[in-house]
Amino acid sequence: MKSLSVDLTDIKLTVGIEIHQQLASKSKLFCDCKPKDSGKNSISFFRKMRPTQSEMGTYDPAVVFEFGKMRTIKYYSSDTSSCLVEADEEPPHEVDEFSLETALIISLALNSIICDELHTMRKIVIDGSNTSGFQRTILIATDGYLDVNERRVGVQSICLEEDAAKLISDNGMVREYGLDRLGVALIEIALKPVTCTPEEIVTIALSLGRLLRASKRVARGLGSIRQDVNVSIEGGSVVEVKGIQRLEDLVKVIRYEMIRQHGLLRIAQMIKSRKTDPYYFGESIEDITGIMAKSTSNVVSKVLEGMNAIFKAIKVEGFKGMIGYEPYPGIRLGKQISEMVRFYGLSGVFHSDELPGYGINDEEVQAIIKKLRMNSEEDAFVVVGGPKDKVDFAVDSIIHRFKMAMAGVPPETRAATLDGKTVYSRPKPGASRMYPETDIPSIPVNRIQLAKLTGQVPKPMDQIISSLVDRYGLNRKLAEQIFDSEYFNLFEEIVTSMKKIRPTFIASKLTEDLLNLERRGLDRSTISDNIIVDIFCRIDQGVLAKESVTLIFEKLMKREAKSVEEAISVLGITTASDLELDNAIDFILKENLPTIYEKGFGSIGTLMGKCMAKLRGKADGKKINSILKAKLELLLESHIAKTDSDI
Amino acid sequence: MSSATKDELPGYKEKSQKLLREHDIVVGDTVSVKTDEKEFNGLLMPRYESSDNNHIVIKLENGYNVGIRTSKIRAIKRAEKHASHNEGYEQSDDRININSLKQYNNTRNSDFKIALLGTGGTIASKIDYRTGGVSAALSASDIYNSVPELKNYALIEPEAFLNEASENLKPSDWTAIAHRINDKVSSKQYKGIIVSHGTDTMHYTSAALSFALQNLPIPVILVGAQRSSDRPSSDAALNLLGAVVFALKASISGVFVCMHADPSDDAIACHLGTRVRKNHTSRRDAFESIDFPPIMIVRGEILEMNIQASRLSLKKRDENENIVFKPDFDKRVLLLKYYPAFDPALIDYAVAMGYRAIVLEGTGLGHVGRESLPAIRRAVESGILVFMTSQCIWGRTRMTVYETGRDLLDIGVIPLSDMLPETATVKAMWALANSDNTKTAVKLMKQNLANEVSMSIPLQR
Repeated sequence: MKSLSVDLTDIKLTVGIEIHQQLASKSKLFCDCKPKDSGKNSISFFRKMRPTQSEMGTYDPAVVFEFGKMRTIKYYSSDTSSCLVEADEEPPHEVDEFSLETALIISLALNSIICDELHTMRKIVIDGSNTSGFQRTILIATDGYLDVNERRVGVQSICLEEDAAKLISDNGMVREYGLDRLGVALIEIALKPVTCTPEEIVTIALSLGRLLRASKRVARGLGSIRQDVNVSIEGGSVVEVKGIQRLEDLVKVIRYEMIRQHGLLRIAQMIKSRKTDPYYFGESIEDITGIMAKSTSNVVSKVLEGMNAIFKAIKVEGFKGMIGYEPYPGIRLGKQISEMVRFYGLSGVFHSDELPGYGINDEEVQAIIKKLRMNSEEDAFVVVGGPKDKVDFAVDSIIHRFKMAMAGVPPETRAATLDGKTVYSRPKPGASRMYPETDIPSIPVNRIQLAKLTGQVPKPMDQIISSLVDRYGLNRKLAEQIFDSEYFNLFEEIVTSMKKIRPTFIASKLTEDLLNLERRGLDRSTISDNIIVDIFCRIDQGVLAKESVTLIFEKLMKREAKSVEEAISVLGITTASDLELDNAIDFILKENLPTIYEKGFGSIGTLMGKCMAKLRGKADGKKINSILKAKLELLLESHIAKTDSDI
Repeated sequence: MSSATKDELPGYKEKSQKLLREHDIVVGDTVSVKTDEKEFNGLLMPRYESSDNNHIVIKLENGYNVGIRTSKIRAIKRAEKHASHNEGYEQSDDRININSLKQYNNTRNSDFKIALLGTGGTIASKIDYRTGGVSAALSASDIYNSVPELKNYALIEPEAFLNEASENLKPSDWTAIAHRINDKVSSKQYKGIIVSHGTDTMHYTSAALSFALQNLPIPVILVGAQRSSDRPSSDAALNLLGAVVFALKASISGVFVCMHADPSDDAIACHLGTRVRKNHTSRRDAFESIDFPPIMIVRGEILEMNIQASRLSLKKRDENENIVFKPDFDKRVLLLKYYPAFDPALIDYAVAMGYRAIVLEGTGLGHVGRESLPAIRRAVESGILVFMTSQCIWGRTRMTVYETGRDLLDIGVIPLSDMLPETATVKAMWALANSDNTKTAVKLMKQNLANEVSMSIPLQR
């Protein structure tokens, strides 16, 4: 992408990272359901959310925004992983004890000041991701720190909160969520903003993630940890980017935001030089459905096919050329606005800098200019079309967005996309959207309880790795790899229960081998913990050769087999008995006598290769090697004896 | 000692209260609190009654509440006096007033008027995000703000009549509510009367009004919420909308309860006031019609009458008719549930206490253990009315089937068919207050006045 060539070195970047980590609790935070993705949904129901009025008669902008979209929300509930609490049909139960303890332990590990008495709050969220319309959250501790290499990074706050429902689909009218994930305990750690490079942020996030995993109280695997970042550059405002699942994407997202924000600041500078008065924005708004109805544009006619469809045009004083202006490739006001409008479920949005175009001709453009009574030398306009209620709401937001453009970067919440960019998702919520969860009494934090938990505070990373090296005889790199992998707990389980297999072997299979297969584009999600245990069990019992592990992984990941048993039979691996082994090796020796006699013991390499080609997966390589070696020695000895006697 | 009164420090007791008073701090003040560890800045919040006296609660700038142990406080001072709601609170530019939600800017439909009588429970409420307090919102503008769609239907005239959690309501309150409704109905201004009510005893009130307000020209609808209205997921708005649509469009009259039909925000069930019962502690569809399906379902603006309704004698809406108003209740009625360890002495005790009627919640078809028979006989002989209902809730009593039932009938126990125990209790209070002697009272009890008895129970639930 061209924009990546923008020189970022002079832009002063400040990033605050927020980590959301699922805990490995046995039950959800406020009910006794198991935090498990059951995948099966048997019951569904519909809800609508509406904003709650505050004393001021005002609403939080983020909340009004969601209401503006007015969606019906459909929830799916499974038989086993949710109950009346998730359906918002029963008050929350007591806070899960394990989760609370975990939050306290992590707060201690992050050298934070723990609150004397904990209060559960309701944070209003009406996008439907919480059936109640709010997320329950508890501030546990503040003012801690984490040492990363030479840098001390401040910890702003640590909260214990419930995870949101999982979005299944959204067609603009109905949003569907699954309830399994709703209520799963999450720890939210907000680090103080630091001025640094995008790469340094990754190191910080990695260190924090390791500390969490070291507690052995957090869930592992994709989706169990999410990063949000607050990105700002000098002269701009803070933009929150949500939902970055992989650390690799963090750098890309931060770089994109730097460019986008810098671009918006440059646009603002251009606008300022024009002495435009934002007071007049939206002074002229006209219904232009009549003009658009004559258009031959496909986009326009598609919009007009909808129910109660209208088109409105807004005059933007003094903005000619500014909506389409691109300080950096792909960064322009027009795009920011169309992204925003799209989130209302509207697709028909055009601006004067790109018209005539999209099938809208000059005659129509002139008609709009005339209707808006605008000065076509200085002013710009935006056209938005769709159902009347949505258009009216979008018009207000568009005017508001143009006012914000004067300042440069609007404070908003954006979502990370799969290609490492960000898109508009909603206005930044105010701090005002919290009020107490009166269904749950406050929880005093007992000093004795805290003292007891001190023993469970995870050790520093260095010590943990060293102890892995000592205990399991792993090399340092492998120790780090297995610790960072989602299989760490499983690794320890297998190592302790299956004594015949070397830990290094298990660790490398679970890290390097799986990673290699994944790099080849295979799907690791087919390899469940049960499958892994099954494979190593067979090796431990001597019924499966060590060489087969990767072959079985591959079969399963290619979906050519559904179980270990099936993979073994598809691969044609049967464990060779000692007799079979003897016969097979004898056969190979016999076939290769000339080579053996010629090269003597030096032929073992070739012979081993041939044996493995025939016996791979049927017997342990070491065993084959030792039998082969013995037989070869015997054969050579007798051959020498024979030749000697011949002399 | 400062002037801070108890009301300015709700929930604070002893140590914590003393500390705050010494520093002349009241709830809502901006305070700065120093402990050994750090400095907290925020607003002093109220405490719940059951909380301990060792902490004070501060709302931090990030919106979170935290409790600070008083013994750790080294310094505390008021930074800013509590400002009233209209001053000292900056309204930021990006806050949007609901009135800018133009989709509801349709002209208000003022052709139809509906009275909304608030008795408690909150159909609409407001949150003070500053302090976290939730208060009832019963002004017309508050209600329109909470449920803007109402403007499309009718002109709502709200009146905050009572403000009680429904478990605190007494028969005298039923009488007062009945009087207020009678005034409104008699004014002939309204298409319907909606009563917002706490849900716990809403079915008792609906039964009471069914007997107190007979021959109603327009429908009276009770409506409540199982999720409080300060939540975005509250069922209050849809229940109210359902009640409004029913009040405007229903061709029948009487006393009804309108609540969610299922967990979805979709269908509102309209129950007969005498046949409804709160059958769940927390679900939205807690209210169910017993022995008879909900008489109507409201979906959006559509009313669907249940086919079974043709079995009932329902009063037609007729705005020219006059109400038959009998608002009095005699509270000397005891509702008594029989269970295996039941002590018959309780019945003798009730007689001694001066009760005029006992409604028994018997087992099965309407039975009590034989040991209780002598006490019941003594009660009947002393002139007390003893009625039989069933604790099965669903189904009819039938006391001729088994010997115990026949014995109870011989003693003079009066079976009440499938009348709900709660409805029977309310009706007995009403019958006693509206008759000169027990004979008339029994006659009233046996009459089916407001579909409190289902003549036929359909197979469909």
